Amino acid sequence: MTPVLEIAGLEVTFPTQEGPVAAVRGVDLTLEARKVLGVVGESGSGKTVTMLATLGLLPAGAEVSGSVKYRGRELVGLAPRELRKLRGAAVAMIFQDPKTSLNPVQPIGHQIVEGIRIHHPDVGRKEAAKRAVELLALVGIPQPDRRARDYPHQFSGGMCQRAMIAMAVANDPDVLIADEPTTALDVTIQAQILDLLRDIREEKGVAIVLISHDLGVVAGLADDVAVMYAGRVVEKGSVDAVYTQARHPYTRGLLASVPRLTDTRHGPLQSIGGGAPSLLHLPGGCAFHPRCPHARPNCQVDDPRLRPVAGVEAACHYAEELGPVASK
Amino acid sequence: MTPLLAVEDLVKHFPAGGGLFGRHARQVHAVCGVSFEVGRGETLGIVGESGCGKSTTARLVLGLMPATSGTARFDDVDVLTAKPKALRALRRRLQMVAQDPYASLDPQMTVGASIAEPLRIHGLYRKGGKDRVRELMTLVELDPDHVTRYPHQFSGGQRQRVGIARALALQPELLVLDEPISSLDVSIQAGVINLLADLQERLGVAYVFIAHDLSVIRLISHKVVVMYLGKVVESGLRDDVFDRPSHPYTQALLSAMPSANPVAERARARILLPGDVPSPLDPPSGCRFRTRCWKAQDICAVEEPALVDRGQGHPVACHFAEAAPQVSGLADPARQDAPDLPNAAGLPFAP
Repeated sequence: MTPVLEIAGLEVTFPTQEGPVAAVRGVDLTLEARKVLGVVGESGSGKTVTMLATLGLLPAGAEVSGSVKYRGRELVGLAPRELRKLRGAAVAMIFQDPKTSLNPVQPIGHQIVEGIRIHHPDVGRKEAAKRAVELLALVGIPQPDRRARDYPHQFSGGMCQRAMIAMAVANDPDVLIADEPTTALDVTIQAQILDLLRDIREEKGVAIVLISHDLGVVAGLADDVAVMYAGRVVEKGSVDAVYTQARHPYTRGLLASVPRLTDTRHGPLQSIGGGAPSLLHLPGGCAFHPRCPHARPNCQVDDPRLRPVAGVEAACHYAEELGPVASK
Repeated sequence: MTPLLAVEDLVKHFPAGGGLFGRHARQVHAVCGVSFEVGRGETLGIVGESGCGKSTTARLVLGLMPATSGTARFDDVDVLTAKPKALRALRRRLQMVAQDPYASLDPQMTVGASIAEPLRIHGLYRKGGKDRVRELMTLVELDPDHVTRYPHQFSGGQRQRVGIARALALQPELLVLDEPISSLDVSIQAGVINLLADLQERLGVAYVFIAHDLSVIRLISHKVVVMYLGKVVESGLRDDVFDRPSHPYTQALLSAMPSANPVAERARARILLPGDVPSPLDPPSGCRFRTRCWKAQDICAVEEPALVDRGQGHPVACHFAEAAPQVSGLADPARQDAPDLPNAAGLPFAP
C-alpha cells in the first residue's frame, strides 16, 4: 500500500509574548489510501495544529519544520499557489462547527458551485450547479434541488455538516481531514454524520483523518489510531490493538476514564490526576511523567521516543513492563 | 417519605416575537407538562438533546424564571409561587453548578472571594467564613492555599471544582448541575464525576444532574428522566430505563452512543433516526416523536401518549411501548447475541 499522506518529524512552533510555544513536537503519521486514521487527544495536544500545518493553513509566524508528503510530493515549503491547488481538490477538510464554516450570505448550492469551479474552471455554471444538487443528494439532504437555494441559517447543525461534507468531496479528494466533525452535534445527529462518513468512504474511496477527543467516535470509524499528548504521538497502531492492548499509561488512563454504557457498577471511575501541561513550560523528560502512575526517576530526564511494543507503538520507557491490558 | 423536590406538570412557553405589538406572537413550547420527584440524597439524571427543555426545567426548578404553569415543591414550598423573601431562604438549600466553568466565575475575583460570596450574601461570612472557605476548597480537592488565586490560574477541571465548592458553601440539600462536565477534557471529567459521587455520600446532598451523555447519566443517577422536545418520554429507576428502554427515542439514543470498543462498534446495529428534532415553535400533533419514529401509526398523530406504565415496569409515553432488553448491551461483545431490536418497516439499520 502506498500512503497518500506521510507526515514525518513535523514540528510547529508559535512565537508568543511569553516565549515560543512548541505545539507540535516531532509527529510522524501515515495515512494509507482508503483508510481511516483516528487522531485522539485532549485540548492542546496538537491534533488540530498538525492537520492545519499539513494543509498550510497555519497563521503567518508559525514555524513549521519536518516533512508532509502527499503522494510523495513535499507540502512543507510549497508555494501558496501550489498549495491552494491541492486544498479542496486532492485534500479537503471539514471542521468542528459547520455553522461558522459556511458563508452565511450565500446559498449553500452556490458555495458548492464555487468550490467546484475554483478547481475546474472549465466546468460550466449550469453543470456545476447540477453537480452541487447531486452532491447534496449524496449526503442525504432531502429535496436537494430546492435546498441548494437555501442559506446556512435555514439548515440545522446536522444539515450544515452534511453540506460541508458535500463541499469537501465535490472535487473527489483522496484525503479528507475531519476535525471533530460531530462534536457540536447531538448524539442522534452524530450517529447520522458518522454513518454518512462511513458511506462516503465506501463510495468515494477517500482516505480520512478523523480528529476527535471521543474514543467512541474513533472506535467506530477508524482503522488505525494515533494518541497525542502535549504535541507528540504517544501511542499508535490499529484501533483493535490500541483499544485492547494499549501500552502507554496515558492511553490506558484515557480508556479507563471513559464511562461505559455497559458498565452497571456504581463506583468511582479511574481518572488521570493533574491536568495537561502548559506548552510554555513542558516538564523535562517524558511530558506525561507528572501525571503518570508508573513514572520513575529517569522519566523526568529521558524523553521516550515512539517504538514498537507488541503490536502497537508506544512512547514509554516501561511499555514492556506494563504488559497488555485486558479491555473492559 | 415526602420527596425533597416534587415537580408537577411544569410548563414553560416563551413568546417568540412576530406580529405587531406581539399580537400574533408565537409560542416556543420549551417545557410541556414535566413531572418528576427527587428524594433526599438521591440523584435524578435528566437526559436529552439540545432543545429538549432540560436546561429550562433546571432554571424553573431553581426559581430563576417564572413558569407558565405547574408546581415545583421543594420541601412543600412551591418555588414557582414563593414570595421573594421565601425564595431567598430556599436558595440556601437549593443551589446550582453551571456548565461552563470559564464563564461562571468572575475573572476579577479571587476564587476564595467567589466561594465566600454566598456566605456573605446570607450573612454567614463573619463567623468563621475564612475557615469555611478553606474547608470547602479541601472538600473539592483543591489546595486551600490557593484561595488568593484568580480563575485564570486554574484549569477547567479545577474551575469546575471551585464552582462546586461555591454551590456547596451554604450546605444545600439539592444541587442542580447543568452539564457540569461537558466542557471538560475526558481525563478530567472522570475526576469531577468521582468527586460529585463522593460528596453525595459524605454530605447527603441530592442532585438533579443534566447531561446529554448517557453513560455519565448511568454512572451517577439513581433515577432517570428522558426528555424529547419539552416532554418526558420515559422515566424510572436507572437500571429499569437502561436495561429495558421502552420508548423508541430512548432506544435510539442508547443505540447512537458510540462506545470505545472497536470490535463491538463495527459489529453492532444502529438505530438511525431520520431528520432533525422538529421546531418547538410548532411541535408535531399527538406524539412529538412521531415524525422520526419507525413505529409511528395513525393514532400517534392524533392522540398524545400519556406517560404511564404500560407493562414495562416504568412509565413510558408511547402507544407502542415495548421493552427492548439490553439495547445498551449492544456495545458489549459478550452480549452480542442479545440484540432484539424492533425491525419494523422504515427503520434504517446501518450494518
